[in-house]
Amino acid sequence: MSVARFWRKIPQRYNLIGTKCLTCGRYFYPPRTFCPLCRRDGKIVEHEFSGRGKVITFTVIRSSSDQFEHLTPYVLAIIELEEGSRVTAQVVTSPEEIKIGMQVKRIFRKISTDGESGVIHYGTKFTPL
Amino acid sequence: MRDVAVIGIGCTNFGEVWESSFRDLFVTAGALALEDAGLSGETIDAMYVGNMSAGRFIEQEHIGALIADYAGLTTTHIPSTRVEAACASGGLAFRQAVIAVASGMEDIVVAAGVEKMTDVEPGASTDALTGAADREWEGFIGATFPGLYAMIATDYMNRYPLTREDLALVPVKNHKNGANNPIAQFRQEITVDTVLNSTLVADPLRLFDCSPITDGAAAVIVAPLERAREFTDTPIKILATAQASDTIALHDRRDISTLDATIAAGERAFRMARVEHKDIDLVEVHDCFSIAEICAIEDLGFCRKGEAGWFTREGETQIGGKIPVNTSGGLKSCGHPVGATGIKQVCEVVQQLRGEAGKRQVNGAKIGMTHNVGGTGATVAVHILGV
Repeated sequence: MSVARFWRKIPQRYNLIGTKCLTCGRYFYPPRTFCPLCRRDGKIVEHEFSGRGKVITFTVIRSSSDQFEHLTPYVLAIIELEEGSRVTAQVVTSPEEIKIGMQVKRIFRKISTDGESGVIHYGTKFTPL
Repeated sequence: MRDVAVIGIGCTNFGEVWESSFRDLFVTAGALALEDAGLSGETIDAMYVGNMSAGRFIEQEHIGALIADYAGLTTTHIPSTRVEAACASGGLAFRQAVIAVASGMEDIVVAAGVEKMTDVEPGASTDALTGAADREWEGFIGATFPGLYAMIATDYMNRYPLTREDLALVPVKNHKNGANNPIAQFRQEITVDTVLNSTLVADPLRLFDCSPITDGAAAVIVAPLERAREFTDTPIKILATAQASDTIALHDRRDISTLDATIAAGERAFRMARVEHKDIDLVEVHDCFSIAEICAIEDLGFCRKGEAGWFTREGETQIGGKIPVNTSGGLKSCGHPVGATGIKQVCEVVQQLRGEAGKRQVNGAKIGMTHNVGGTGATVAVHILGV
């Protein structure tokens, strides 16, 4: 991922900043700049998510792309944030521990590196509460 | 709108075809389709080609022109258009060809699909395929394509009665069918134990739950139904063409284990064709992973939600069952050259309806359906064909 492409979403990736539609009250993470429900009547503002949520579904990735190979096996899940949005994220726990309904909170972690001498990408993972 | 018919089909062998290039593959498929229709190249009015990721797989874009060029069609300067919707690229190319003829704009149109996937390392192809999902918010944080379908499987098995053994019956059945398909990548039968003893890829999915990396191309030729008998004694009519979209990311779906785009495209297709489920003699569904076939037969309405495990266990999806599913061997056994798959599905249904499917023939098949999915369900194309 190019430096600019990563850089422009740093607040969203580091601090779980998403958006909220003031018209219908829905929360969006990953952020949307257009409310799919209210469309042109929507009014979108930024919202920092609490970072607490629960596991909706999960898997253990044992075969990955080259970039994540050193992490395998790692736990990947869909987390429902307490505001209602759902997000895909790694959960820092063992394959034996992870289960549906597990309460989790966000943590700041290294996600990947751009080759051996490239930019280090940080972002959000989750850990059991 | 005019009625449209398939007048010719052609498909290369699917597999790791080291000796053939991208160009060799589509020229072979196109030539087979032209021969099948008894056509010569100068009668072709337009071409649509489904291709997901030549840019990533062979570092080549501008596929429409390349194909017209190497198919020898530069003298007639026909319009040639690439269509992309990840693994549904082929299904959408077919739909564009049908629409072009139905509208009256064109008469003889080629719909093709091609993917050359083995010219890059496996890690690179895994990454390219991840682009079918949400790169920014799924791929970037470590989601793989099998990983996303694995999360569908986890959700499904938590909510509905589907055992790990039931799930294994999907690839077992598809390999049984594929063993009788001369173009299939894997022509050997497997057992439930083969699946259960294979390497874990993304829990609970194992290697034999996953469709392979494949090289291959397929082409079909469509024409106005009223002209079809000029070219063939067995025109196959397109009764419905439907397409639907959904969220690019799995986490944004209304329901993790339901492909709403399959439901939408399926309902549109049944309405357009004016047929019911009991009228469908066979269906080619998008079994990129075993769980995908389970979801597909439910979301298309062949059984109720949560019942596909039982439905499969009872043999209802086998040839001779209530609704034969993936007589070609599906993506699992026949192979999955992503851009070509949607066209190959049409080729299979046409062969079945012509009664030319050999040992995998569904006796007396009159109406068949295809179901082609892009990503984890963000695009779905459904077609119904009949004699």
